[in-house]
Amino acid sequence: MIAIIDYGVGNLFSLKSSFLKIGEIAEVTSNVEQIKNADRIILPGVGAFGDAAKKLRDSGLDKVVIESANSGKPLMGICLGMQLLFEKGYEYGEHDGLGLLSGKVVPIQDAITDDLKIPHIGWNRLDFTKGKDELFKYINDGDFVYFVHSYYAADCEDSVIATTEYSVDLTAAVRRGNVCGCQFHPEKSGDVGLAILKAFCEL
Amino acid sequence: MNAKRIIPCLDVRDGRVVKGVNFEGLSDVSSPIDLARYYSDCGADELVFYDITASAEGRALFTDILTQVASNVFIPLTVGGGINTVEDFDRVLKCGADKVSVNSGAIRNPDLVAQAAKRYGDQCVVLSVDIKRVDGRFKVFAKGGRENTDLDAIEWIVNCVNNGAGEIVVNSIDTDGVKQGFDLEMLDAVCNAVKVPVIASGGAGKIDDFTELFKTLPGVDAGLAASIFHFGEVKIKDLKRELDKNGINVRL
Repeated sequence: MIAIIDYGVGNLFSLKSSFLKIGEIAEVTSNVEQIKNADRIILPGVGAFGDAAKKLRDSGLDKVVIESANSGKPLMGICLGMQLLFEKGYEYGEHDGLGLLSGKVVPIQDAITDDLKIPHIGWNRLDFTKGKDELFKYINDGDFVYFVHSYYAADCEDSVIATTEYSVDLTAAVRRGNVCGCQFHPEKSGDVGLAILKAFCEL
Repeated sequence: MNAKRIIPCLDVRDGRVVKGVNFEGLSDVSSPIDLARYYSDCGADELVFYDITASAEGRALFTDILTQVASNVFIPLTVGGGINTVEDFDRVLKCGADKVSVNSGAIRNPDLVAQAAKRYGDQCVVLSVDIKRVDGRFKVFAKGGRENTDLDAIEWIVNCVNNGAGEIVVNSIDTDGVKQGFDLEMLDAVCNAVKVPVIASGGAGKIDDFTELFKTLPGVDAGLAASIFHFGEVKIKDLKRELDKNGINVRL
């Protein structure tokens, strides 16, 4: 069973449906026991970094996520959920993330050329940075996935496995051992997204 | 860089798609679920569902349909039609919509965009505007294009973007249904005024109209159409292949 962590941010309907589609059982849950018993964990999230980090802490679920990750259980953060895996986030102030990966989350605005739009929204290509990670075993370098974000993970060279080009290379996916994350939405990226989720279920 | 998006728009009344013809491999052309899956398989980058139901029963049916679509189709879904309050946003987002499109509701309640953006984020709020030239000026029309609000379209759009609208659908009443191409002059004016994604709607009659759109106006992010896709006049696969041949970045 895959536990999709419900800490009060975002719409988890499509995420749950996408696992059903690939034949996996997923539960949207905030129940500590259920999360501990799960085979894999998804940390979703939309909204602002500080607000989401606070909600995760206030619910006490941050500890369960960290413990599970440290025990070797596969964990995938999606969109803001990926950003929360890092040490710090700089969206409306400085906020602590979970610190499972080294790096920080900073505004796209400061990195890209002026003519581009914020948020970075739409379909963009994945560029694999460290060969083909296991997470990408069913897809190809250059495949399109769907992004919606205004911040990105920086200083994370040790974990980045794919970038996407938006006048500069933005972090698109990260992985260190059992801890991985996608800045894009695999549940909204058609067959390519489902193939990434399938690969995650086989980690 | 981001691919240019191709977006079919489906009008739904009482749980059924209003117009369309039968395609090969599509058993029920008026089933929103079958049609959504068909378009997704053909390479549509996003789908817009427009609820034109009047009754409460029809509205419940619509959200039920939406739930089924979101369980089967894994590309972004935008929902519009009858969105007047933040509760309406909540109702469709819970059923699997990713973005919500507001039009007349935002004109009636000028706080709606700001309220929704604050609760769900700018990326969730799409402003759809019906625009028509009146004495050489772009004016906002309400009630499906029947009523001149006398609002200046560019001022209205800029105002809504400042309040949190994350995307603009520009529907030109002047070119809608004419099938002679998108309203490039109107779209250019909007692109020059805002920095959020702009979606062109109204006027597409053939593949070349999309090529011209993206070549002439690199600031336009997406092309939206309804009947030319539903009646099979333009096949999304052919369209994207042709755009690719013309050097336009699309997801094939």
